[in-house]
Amino acid sequence: MIELHNVSFSYGLVPVLQHIDFSVEQGEFLGIVGPNAGGKSTMLKLILGLIKPQTGTVTVLGKKPAQQRTQIGYVPQYPGFARDFPITVEQAVLLGRLGAGRQFGRYNAADYAAVQQALAELEAQDLAQRPISALSGGQLQRILLARALVSDPKILILDEPTANIDMRIESDIFDHLRELNKRLTILVVSHDIAFISDYVSRVACLNRTLVCHTTDAINGHLIQHLYGEPIRRVAHVH
Amino acid sequence: MNEFLSALISQPFLQMSLLAGLLASLGCGVIGTFVVVKRITFLAGGIAHSVLAGMGAAVYFGFDPLLGALIAAIVSALLIGWIRLNWKTQEDTLIGAIWAMGMAVGLLFIAQTPGYTSSLTSYLFGNILLVPEQDVWFMGILDLVLLLIVGLFYRQFLAVIFDEEFARLRGVPVSFFYLLLLCLIAVTVVLLIHVVGLILVIALLTLPAAIAGHYVHSLGWMMLIATLLGSSFTIGGLAISYSPDLPAGPTIILLAGSAYVISAIFSHYRLKRRAHQSLSMSL
Repeated sequence: MIELHNVSFSYGLVPVLQHIDFSVEQGEFLGIVGPNAGGKSTMLKLILGLIKPQTGTVTVLGKKPAQQRTQIGYVPQYPGFARDFPITVEQAVLLGRLGAGRQFGRYNAADYAAVQQALAELEAQDLAQRPISALSGGQLQRILLARALVSDPKILILDEPTANIDMRIESDIFDHLRELNKRLTILVVSHDIAFISDYVSRVACLNRTLVCHTTDAINGHLIQHLYGEPIRRVAHVH
Repeated sequence: MNEFLSALISQPFLQMSLLAGLLASLGCGVIGTFVVVKRITFLAGGIAHSVLAGMGAAVYFGFDPLLGALIAAIVSALLIGWIRLNWKTQEDTLIGAIWAMGMAVGLLFIAQTPGYTSSLTSYLFGNILLVPEQDVWFMGILDLVLLLIVGLFYRQFLAVIFDEEFARLRGVPVSFFYLLLLCLIAVTVVLLIHVVGLILVIALLTLPAAIAGHYVHSLGWMMLIATLLGSSFTIGGLAISYSPDLPAGPTIILLAGSAYVISAIFSHYRLKRRAHQSLSMSL
């Protein structure tokens, strides 16, 4: 589904990613972990085609990323809009249909139906007519997820989807993702290795280079290798 | 006020002024809403002020000033948009420079044109009472173009204004629609020049939409209410200024500005009271 060959990228003089070889197969639920500034978000931007690598190639479903954007649903770490923007949940989610439905004029019945379905899947139908300014953090996260799903993508990419919400809602969101993984390939960036290891089928550890690329269970030794110094693991019990 | 109403019935020039005011309000309601929610008042200000370059050149070379204004507005909109998209680090300085240089160019042209200095004030502060009929037609056409483009691409504009990165990921040509939006702002600026002049444009472009934004939570309603408010301010300002023979432009702006201040204070306290109520209900 996604292939990176010998990809390097730098912002100015600082290399962010070096010699990344990496691939994602259909149906995977892949977690990308690593320290801050380890290049996780940069790798997502490369896959989304928002930036181009200085060397190497990125292909998504056999083509250049920019040509496959409509096949990808994306959930950003921070919403790219002002929280007080005068728009209802339904209208915000409908924008996810751009590129899938008609290009001119108004939305059609299929667009509205897709929004209803996506909101229902995330148990958020009752939020449809609310202004987005009235949503809690967890509700907003579901709406961002619904917006990504509404175009019926093949791949779902999430950048720290639960960084700004509490842990109960975090596992709630990941339960939804586990359900969605039955029909979608999922890539999720997280800083919380222990937590996501309960959900994902494979983990890629990124710290400028791809440190590990494994299906093994996460252990202390691996974490130490990734972060470069011994760290104490915090046990999460869910 | 009665004097205004009887004059309105008997004087065709006043009917033209009123029509011009209504046409301008339509533009300021629709595009002003975009400007307010996208928070690009400063960009719009840059476009508005640099329009003087085109009006000055039109006066000097002897063609229609409103056409000169339209050309200058579009050129400066594209220039400012290009800076915003490609040169973000120095965006505000560059827009400020275009703002002032546009005015400077216009002033030089006007200074070099013998006998035309008196029209400078009407470009800067508007002269709604002297709108020629052909300009009203021109404004009508601009309104039609504006509504047609917004109607066709409303979803794309909304996507770009709401969340640029996400719009890009949905395959919306963001740069194109961003530049198109700035061009629509340019057209609106030209619509408003006769009413309040290019210096005061920015107030009439943003204040009605900002007031509407205090009370409604959808762009469509904001546009409708902003258009109605813009019409009320224009007609109201015209009526108030008519008998004492005050300049209409500044009167319209003061009316809009006072309404905005009152509305801002009112909605601030309304929000506070609601917060109190929701707290006491949950206790």
